[in-house]
Amino acid sequence: MLTPEQEALKPNNPKMTARDVNVFYGQKQAIKQVSIDVDMDNVTAFIGPSGCGKSTFLRTMNRMNDTVASARVEGEITLDGDNIYSPSMDVVQLRARVGMVFQKPNPFPKSIYENIAYGPRIHGLASAKADMDVIVEKSLRRAGLWDEVKDRLHDSGTALSGGQQQRLCIGRAIAVEPEVILMDEPCSALDPIATAKIEELIHELRGRYAIVIVTHNMQQAARVSQRTAFFHLGTLVEYGVTSDIFTNPRQERTKDYITGRYG
Amino acid sequence: MLLLGLAVVAWVVARARATRLQTAAPKGAMHSLPSYHGWYVALWALLPACLFLAVWTNVMPGLVTGSVLENPAASALPEDSFSRGAILAEARAIAQGKQAAAFNPLAQPLVQPYRDAQSRFATGGVILSLILAFAGAAYAFTRMRTDFRARTRVERLVMGTLLLASLIAIITTVGIVASLLWESLRFFSMVNPIDFLFGTKWSPQSAALGYGNDDAFGAVPLFWGTIFIGAIIAMAVAIPLGLMSAIYLTQYASSTTRKWMKPILEVLAGVPTVVYGYFAALTIAPALRDLAVGVGIHGASSESALAAGLVMGVMIIPFVSSMADDSIAAVPQAMRDGSLAMGATTSETIKRVLIPAALPGVVGGVLLAVSRAIGETMIVVMAAGLAANLTLNPFSSVTTVTTQIVQLLTGDQEFDSAKTLAAFALGLVLFIVTLLLNIVALRVVKKYREAYE
Repeated sequence: MLTPEQEALKPNNPKMTARDVNVFYGQKQAIKQVSIDVDMDNVTAFIGPSGCGKSTFLRTMNRMNDTVASARVEGEITLDGDNIYSPSMDVVQLRARVGMVFQKPNPFPKSIYENIAYGPRIHGLASAKADMDVIVEKSLRRAGLWDEVKDRLHDSGTALSGGQQQRLCIGRAIAVEPEVILMDEPCSALDPIATAKIEELIHELRGRYAIVIVTHNMQQAARVSQRTAFFHLGTLVEYGVTSDIFTNPRQERTKDYITGRYG
Repeated sequence: MLLLGLAVVAWVVARARATRLQTAAPKGAMHSLPSYHGWYVALWALLPACLFLAVWTNVMPGLVTGSVLENPAASALPEDSFSRGAILAEARAIAQGKQAAAFNPLAQPLVQPYRDAQSRFATGGVILSLILAFAGAAYAFTRMRTDFRARTRVERLVMGTLLLASLIAIITTVGIVASLLWESLRFFSMVNPIDFLFGTKWSPQSAALGYGNDDAFGAVPLFWGTIFIGAIIAMAVAIPLGLMSAIYLTQYASSTTRKWMKPILEVLAGVPTVVYGYFAALTIAPALRDLAVGVGIHGASSESALAAGLVMGVMIIPFVSSMADDSIAAVPQAMRDGSLAMGATTSETIKRVLIPAALPGVVGGVLLAVSRAIGETMIVVMAAGLAANLTLNPFSSVTTVTTQIVQLLTGDQEFDSAKTLAAFALGLVLFIVTLLLNIVALRVVKKYREAYE
């Protein structure tokens, strides 16, 4: 159930909601009773020490944990009010609506063009080559990569730099027109300049997509997000407006973490 | 036996002395541990004596015969070396107790001299080797001092032994290649290489019987048969089935299924090829012939390319499957996740991401499989037939390079006719082709591995 603060924080426009979510890996419980609302208009950051369950929770939001045989999810997560774990929810469509960007850039060993066209092609979004060209250009522009790669769309995506690869992966996720984009530590494998570009990109994408970003880096959470959730040992300790969390945390554990006492 | 005992004694004595030396010497002055001194002396006792014995056992029969011939009873022997040798051999056999009585009366008087000479030389050999062993041990023993580097020497010897062991395999390979080359050159001095490589008529038997012509060694039908069976029919079976089983095992099967299926699949690789051969010849081939006749195909023979190829394909499935399995498993999990997170289904992920990414590894595996298939012998010998047909009909009998090598080299042969030498030339071609295939395949696999690591 929501705490009074959470009640106060409840956004006008919740895109995804989680209620009393528990996640188990075999016998081990990784997530305990997490309830949270993800807002359409804000960037939400999940912070917390390693192993606190923030990535696990992110992966439950588009059912990527289905690929782990021992994982089991209890509770309810909804997307526009529909439970994504109900039998009537098609996981393929869910993932088309809730895209994901991973920690390490993982472009397919195909050309830049084919990397972007991959999603639209499997979902049948474009039949004619011209339509596909439009989607590819639009996605690359939104990912802030178009000017850098427009002359070499048919070079391999793996030949790009790390930061460019990560923006390619964001572009790839955007290409299927998702409603939510989940980012799992998208900058942890990148240098500071590439990180700055990704953060800039997140600012630009805000509003068009609901964005959830997991990060180790508290400065990054402070820079890119409007809402921050602090996870510790599988529980959601505190969730609130980012500036409040960083300047005036209510919980002792949050305070200890953001002042660098552990983590 | 005696020598071994001596070596043990040498080891114990030397070690005891080295231990005394060690306790007497200032701390740290002793270079090697006592047991190394022991080994050093023991080896000096053992190795020269063993070497001597090895040489002696080879030289002794000659010496024995020589001394027997000096015996007065030998003067009665005929001058002709052939019958003389036969009589001597008989006398030796009686002396050694392998034969009870002599057929040739001349052999009987030689038996006793033979016995004497033999026991004399044998005793001499043993005594000499014992002396050598003592001398070696004594030599090594006198060299023992605190600063003597026994450990270094013993280890150098051990290294030398290991090096020798590994060289044997390499030397054998080189020897095989050299003999293949040499015999092939002899063949090509009798038959024009162009005719051999590009001729389309293969009938070595008629050439051997003396009414052949230059066309008889045209190996194209053989090459074609080999490619037809090994690279086309067998691969048409093995590639799809192997690949599909690898995909199932890596992507769909639960870990328990995988634990059961993989070993069973690997058992398939352990079945002797002869078993596959008679399965092909006795079960598959007749069934295929009946089928072909049933649907009205003419020229179906009871030995067919199809039967051999199908069975060979089944034999190679585990090979292809395990190579494909490895390369699919080597595709990073991140790649799969990336595709699944886009909303792709498992089969779309396999088709569009995993297989393209694993393709170089799969191709490498297939090339290795081809090189195995074309070198495979038993199945084709038993099921493919002997007729050197240049045909596209899979139901007719064809012959392969390996089958013909077997044909050319079985039975009574003289080893200088073009017929038998042709086998070496065929072997050389086969060797070169499989070598190239292996090199290319390993190159491809290696390059692909680097791409992900």
